[in-house]
Amino acid sequence: MRRLLILLPPLGWLLLLVAAPLLILGLIAFAEAGPGVPPFLPPVGWAGGPVWQGSLESLGMLLADAYYLESFLRSLLTAFLTAALCLLLAYPMALGIAGARPSWRLPLLLLVLLPFLTGFLPRVGAWIGLLRDGGWVNGVLGLAGVGPLRLLYSDLALYLGMVHAYLPFAVLPLATALLRRDLSLEEAAADLGATPFTVFRSVTLPLSLPAAASAFLLVFIPAAGEFVIPELLGPPEAQLVGRVLWGEFFQNRDWPLAAALALALLVVLLPPILLFQRLGRRG
Amino acid sequence: MALLAVEGLTKRFGTALALDGLGLEVRRGEFLALLGGSGSGKSTLLRLVAGFEAPDAGRILLEGRDLAGLPPHARPVGMMFQSYALFPHLSVFDNVAYGLRRERVAPAEISQRVGEALAMVGLEAMAGRKPHQLSGGQRQRVALVRSLVKRPRLLLLDEPLAALDAGLRERTGLELRALQRRTGAGFVMVTHDQAEALALADRIAVLEAGRLAQCGPPAELYDRPATRFVARFLGAANVLEGRVGADGVVEAGACRLALRHDAAPGEALAVALRPERIRLLPGPPAAANAVAGVLRDLAYRGDGWMALVALPDGAELRVALPAGAAPPEPGSRLLLGWSAEALVPLRA
Repeated sequence: MRRLLILLPPLGWLLLLVAAPLLILGLIAFAEAGPGVPPFLPPVGWAGGPVWQGSLESLGMLLADAYYLESFLRSLLTAFLTAALCLLLAYPMALGIAGARPSWRLPLLLLVLLPFLTGFLPRVGAWIGLLRDGGWVNGVLGLAGVGPLRLLYSDLALYLGMVHAYLPFAVLPLATALLRRDLSLEEAAADLGATPFTVFRSVTLPLSLPAAASAFLLVFIPAAGEFVIPELLGPPEAQLVGRVLWGEFFQNRDWPLAAALALALLVVLLPPILLFQRLGRRG
Repeated sequence: MALLAVEGLTKRFGTALALDGLGLEVRRGEFLALLGGSGSGKSTLLRLVAGFEAPDAGRILLEGRDLAGLPPHARPVGMMFQSYALFPHLSVFDNVAYGLRRERVAPAEISQRVGEALAMVGLEAMAGRKPHQLSGGQRQRVALVRSLVKRPRLLLLDEPLAALDAGLRERTGLELRALQRRTGAGFVMVTHDQAEALALADRIAVLEAGRLAQCGPPAELYDRPATRFVARFLGAANVLEGRVGADGVVEAGACRLALRHDAAPGEALAVALRPERIRLLPGPPAAANAVAGVLRDLAYRGDGWMALVALPDGAELRVALPAGAAPPEPGSRLLLGWSAEALVPLRA
């Protein structure tokens, strides 16, 4: 009884804010689009009894139209590259934080988190101001007689924005893991004749791989559904799932297709999410 | 030439002085125990010799060569860690082979030497296991042969037995010494356990507050402690604080101590007296080397009793009573005596 009372708030939370919306999303995905408010016919109607009036058209469309498949592949590729770039930058940062003198560690970690104190949109806006044709970067390049270059609405801008936004998610798990590592293992390796580089290659790096995988997934999973950064910084042809979904929902008002896209994205991201959870349990 | 010589070694951590001008020598093929309480600097000494820390002053010479500036991986010194520091992602075989691979030893020779090393401690069958699949005693032996397989002339051991159960500790300690004899390497073992040091070491160096209090064979340290600290640390001796009288006899409260010493009359002199060297006397006390007291407390030790006897001047003597005879009742009056040879003058 007491266990039930303790479990009630989180269970209620999950039911209300995860299960119920997911159910509604699923229902809309199987519905037929139509004029009206909301712009679809419920998949199950009532005519003296429950009547199936839904359709598999939206879900079928995802497979039939290469446009959607491509947007998925593009999103996964973008998320993969973003996560890889974040990992590449985060590892030395985390190593530096873990290796810093104790009184420096917290300030350094806070510096990594500092961007979170400003809003997300101002940060993206700042990139626009830096990169646009008349922006600061092109201004400086112009002084050197170069440009103006097309920096904004390019893959460069897209990845700059993505890495900038997601880097802290990669630094944090890596820094915690590297801070907690057993330094005597590295001393033992050095004592057995390993040079500092060999110590890193044969002990530090392999032992931090689970944390690196966590960091990778922690960036990859949200980055795959990212909408704002591709929309504001990316090239117009970068039709990622998030943008496509947004377009279907707000511009085409095709809620069933948008719901189908959201559902498909969830299914695609399920394996990495489960992998992340397994890594978390092991760590 | 000594295998290892440290001279005037000083190390500060912030304001704390871990080593204070320490001087010490380790002989070739010797098993030396570094004995001291926590904070005595014994582990710091190992870390300085291994190269994990740099000294603030002083020199470390290995076979006459100054190790200053040499990084740990370039020092021909092995170290066994208290936590064992086995690589959790490598098998037992790969753990032991790690050091040989760094020396670029040929693969065939690696598997031969690792096989021999594991056979030496009876772990051939465990070569494929990961450290977490081993018992504590097995991990200890893997850590030991991992550092021995490189055939270092000097092996530093940081509390190698501390993590083992009491039952396993004695046997493992004897195995440790047998391995040391077989390999001929110099062993420097840090320990805070005096029984371990007495049982295993050729010589014991007692450290106190970053300085060498005394260094010598176990029997010498036990029978002739040089300082109050050594007397109390090894075997928990009674320390009697007295003053030399005109007749040369030391007056220490209620006790008159007749012993050989070279202090002048009037000088203060502390004298160590081991609990097991004190006897119960049948008759009235003699003029010197005897005292009457009241039994305050009694603790059973299995092989005898430890008695706390209150002296008339308020001091207490620890007295070891042999088992067998019925112990006296607490509160009863005891006459205690000892021979002149049982008394050891202390210089500090």
